[in-house]
Amino acid sequence: MSDQAIVEKLKAKFSAAVLDVAEYRGETTVTVEKESIVEIGTFLRDDCGYNLLSDLCGVDYLGKSPRFMVVYNLYNITTKQRLRVKVPVEEQDAKVDTVSGVWGTANWHERECWDLMGISFNDHPDLRRILMPADWQGHPLRKDYPLQGPDREPYQGRLS
Amino acid sequence: MGVEQSKTLGGGFITTSLDKLVNWSRSRSLWPMTFGLACCAIEMMAAGASRFDLDRMGILFRASPRQADVIIIAGTVTKKMLPVIKTVYEQMPEPRYVIAMGACASSGGVFDTYSVVQGIDEHLPVDVYIPGCPPRPEGLLYGLMKLQEKIMKERNSFGAAIGIGEVVNEA
Amino acid sequence: MAVNTETMTINMGPQHPSTHGVLQLILELDGEVVQKATPHIGFLHRGTEKLSEYRTYHQVIPLTDRLDYLAPMSNNLGYVLAVEKLLGITDEIPERAKQIRVIMAELTRLKSHLVWLACHALDIGAMTVFLYCFRERESVMDIYEKVSGARMTSNYFRVGGLSDDLPDGLDKEIRAFAESMPGHVDTYEGLLTGNKIWQMRTKGVGVISAEAAIDIGITGASLRGSGVDWDLRRDNPYCGYEDYDFEVPVREECDTFARYKVRLDEMRQSSRIILQALDKLKPGPILADCPKVCLPDKKDVVNTIEGLIHHFKIVSEGFSPEPGEIYQGIEAPKGELGYYLVSDGSPMPLRMRIRGPSFVNLQALPQMVEGKLLADVIAVIGTLDIVLGEIDR
Repeated sequence: MSDQAIVEKLKAKFSAAVLDVAEYRGETTVTVEKESIVEIGTFLRDDCGYNLLSDLCGVDYLGKSPRFMVVYNLYNITTKQRLRVKVPVEEQDAKVDTVSGVWGTANWHERECWDLMGISFNDHPDLRRILMPADWQGHPLRKDYPLQGPDREPYQGRLS
Repeated sequence: MGVEQSKTLGGGFITTSLDKLVNWSRSRSLWPMTFGLACCAIEMMAAGASRFDLDRMGILFRASPRQADVIIIAGTVTKKMLPVIKTVYEQMPEPRYVIAMGACASSGGVFDTYSVVQGIDEHLPVDVYIPGCPPRPEGLLYGLMKLQEKIMKERNSFGAAIGIGEVVNEA
Repeated sequence: MAVNTETMTINMGPQHPSTHGVLQLILELDGEVVQKATPHIGFLHRGTEKLSEYRTYHQVIPLTDRLDYLAPMSNNLGYVLAVEKLLGITDEIPERAKQIRVIMAELTRLKSHLVWLACHALDIGAMTVFLYCFRERESVMDIYEKVSGARMTSNYFRVGGLSDDLPDGLDKEIRAFAESMPGHVDTYEGLLTGNKIWQMRTKGVGVISAEAAIDIGITGASLRGSGVDWDLRRDNPYCGYEDYDFEVPVREECDTFARYKVRLDEMRQSSRIILQALDKLKPGPILADCPKVCLPDKKDVVNTIEGLIHHFKIVSEGFSPEPGEIYQGIEAPKGELGYYLVSDGSPMPLRMRIRGPSFVNLQALPQMVEGKLLADVIAVIGTLDIVLGEIDR
């Protein structure tokens, strides 16, 4: 099944939830509403064969609305196809339903996304910080978080 | 031990000879702790393995801080890791030495970011810095030899060992 | 007599010689049996992803070296392929550059697997293999050094090709090494495969079924040890891998011994690929003809005004891909290494996401050790072949 056919299938089933379909450099990206991500994920896994969640991450488009995107890179081990699903997330309501029930691998990825990007996941089994210390303040991968951290000036080179 | 801190055994012939003996035995059996943090740890392993073979210089890696003389900070120190390193350092018996191996341990290296400690010397007294990213095993070897030289120059090490005064370091 | 049923919690790491870096495991033990294992990571989190957003596309390449520091050129390869895809210049990479990339990537696989075998065997108690493996690894290091000038952090690949051609006569050295490698692998096998202790420590240990492995996202040799026949080099070829003849070793036993056999067979296949690539190697350009992306020849910089301008532009501000996003996955020694790049049209990536295979593979550790003996934890950590630089990034 080509990417096109899968997108058509997805559109037929979830016509209201599919916001946008884009193709770039031979890769298909489907943007869907965040409320239906679990349903769509289950559908893609069971009916379209996307059994491996390669990657899950957040992207911060500071200054745009919605500010965040949660990106799911899917892979089908049988047909060797990739598909990317994106979910827009508003800053005020930075919450997405967890897909760790659909793909077990999402567990740590979502923890990382929460830790570094500050997007929380509803019903996640164990939403704790994963990379940063437990008492860390802020979410470092956000664009408004300074690279050197809030309490340190960047290195300016030797002053001689 | 009831002896003033500043007091030493002095610079007599016997004491300096004993110092030399102590320094010699310390510097010729430097036992570093296996404490790999990042990329440099792999070069540290390579230095201990077939081609470079640290064992021939009396340098044997120990897995426990209780048995180690020198801690090689081999790699990037992050803020999350720092308390662990301090604990491990405090667990080492005196006299103890610190080698900062590589750019990250010496200054943070390329990682001028929120999570990286910009040089372990902000928190531990470093004896030898080894430049490189990562340093070659020869570099590590040279660093260890420099540390041996430094130990050989210590005074009152015998006195400190029997509880009189402290080691005087004029390196 | 009342039985004391309290469990004991022990802390393993971050300073522990067998956790392959700064990994912390909190283990709940009932006697010798692990009831619960909780990995704690992040002790080497250096902020590579954030740092990349403040670097031009070329400046990110040295940072990728330091992710999986056992396989620097694989990281470079994944990244440059991703940027080339983002720029749309994948088809313009010269053949020679592709072939040298394949050679170096497979040497990297050998190097990474050698360290894996050395540490895995050392953890389980076989010291000899460690010394043998590091001896062979030094040969790869020598090749690395001659090619790039550095033993570990090579920084050799460039967007559009390579930084430099192979030095004269190095192909002979690589060929000699690749030809000797299967023999060395036989030596390791002679030490381990038939060894009763090795078999008892690895067979039936750390079993994970294919369904569970896919669900948790395990990739690479660990997945192939569970009977899933999937290799990105063959199934989604990149960098001209479709032109090479190699087999993908798969085992059905799902245990530590199966993964060990798979990796050893992979080492033999890697030697095969290197020899094939050396046979194909013909003189030619090593950098694509894309003046806006690749640095011009030094002669042109000195003699022509266009060359000088391009050189100046690339060095001072880099290049700006069109806005867009791509994902590029490659078969790194440890599994699927993916780069997800988002460009907003500026010379620096808006987001560079690294999908480290070790990060995902480590996630499977609790379900592989829970209910098993404490000593098996060491074997399972070894067999997962994790590198903390890539887990924490």
